[in-house]
Amino acid sequence: METLGIFFILILVGFFAGSHIEKKHLADLHDREYRTRQLPLINIGAKTPIPEADRAKLFVGSVVVSSDYFKTFVASWMNFFGGRITVYETLVERGRREAMLRMKEDAIKWGARQVVNVRLETAEMGGQNPNGVVAVEIIAYGTGVQ
Amino acid sequence: MNDRPTLSRSNRMLLTTLEGVPGHTIVQHLGLVQGSTVRAKNVGRDFVAGLKNLVGGELKGYTELLQEARTEATQRMMQEASKQGANAIVNIRFATSSLTQGAAELFVYGTAVQID
Repeated sequence: METLGIFFILILVGFFAGSHIEKKHLADLHDREYRTRQLPLINIGAKTPIPEADRAKLFVGSVVVSSDYFKTFVASWMNFFGGRITVYETLVERGRREAMLRMKEDAIKWGARQVVNVRLETAEMGGQNPNGVVAVEIIAYGTGVQ
Repeated sequence: MNDRPTLSRSNRMLLTTLEGVPGHTIVQHLGLVQGSTVRAKNVGRDFVAGLKNLVGGELKGYTELLQEARTEATQRMMQEASKQGANAIVNIRFATSSLTQGAAELFVYGTAVQID
């Protein structure tokens, strides 16, 4: 009974705190994306020469985002039935936007005109332990050119 | 080429993810260079991350840890490149893998080149 009570408290905490943090994060992302919209990110550039650039520098943005208790619980059920795990989709999407924004903000500080040859990389942090933290690391890196 | 001081003596090393360096031409390719580091998350950070995992959001401790580790890996790569007399590294790629619960390997590689 007691464990069930703790479980429900954790679910509730996870749900309310988790969705509050997510909402705040999404609003923050939206705001920052709007402010950095003048800097284009381009995926090409490895083999295409960029004639107008005369200075270049590497920029890396990284973030580790974690799931909350509620999401982890829901995902474990969804895992049982199969199909889309929507709760994790929003998680990695937030992480990816955050990582790209950090890279962009660094590049803007340096005075980049655009960031070319952007690459995104995802790594799972939790390891194989099912009781470990559910977290994912996302890095975005690219070359800022002036 | 030998009459001017090599850029690699100083800390100036150009890093790009492109195949060339904008504004410069590549004089010589010196081959693949790499740097890697395996880091363990410490207990304190693990504990905080475990708590943070209840409510979700960013795990700042881990973000910092991995950023430090990545900087170290990049520096190792730059050292290797400057040993070969390079002054730039092109086509850089990063990779991460979690070896076990609690340890992560950060790996970075690129091609060392000499630019004019």
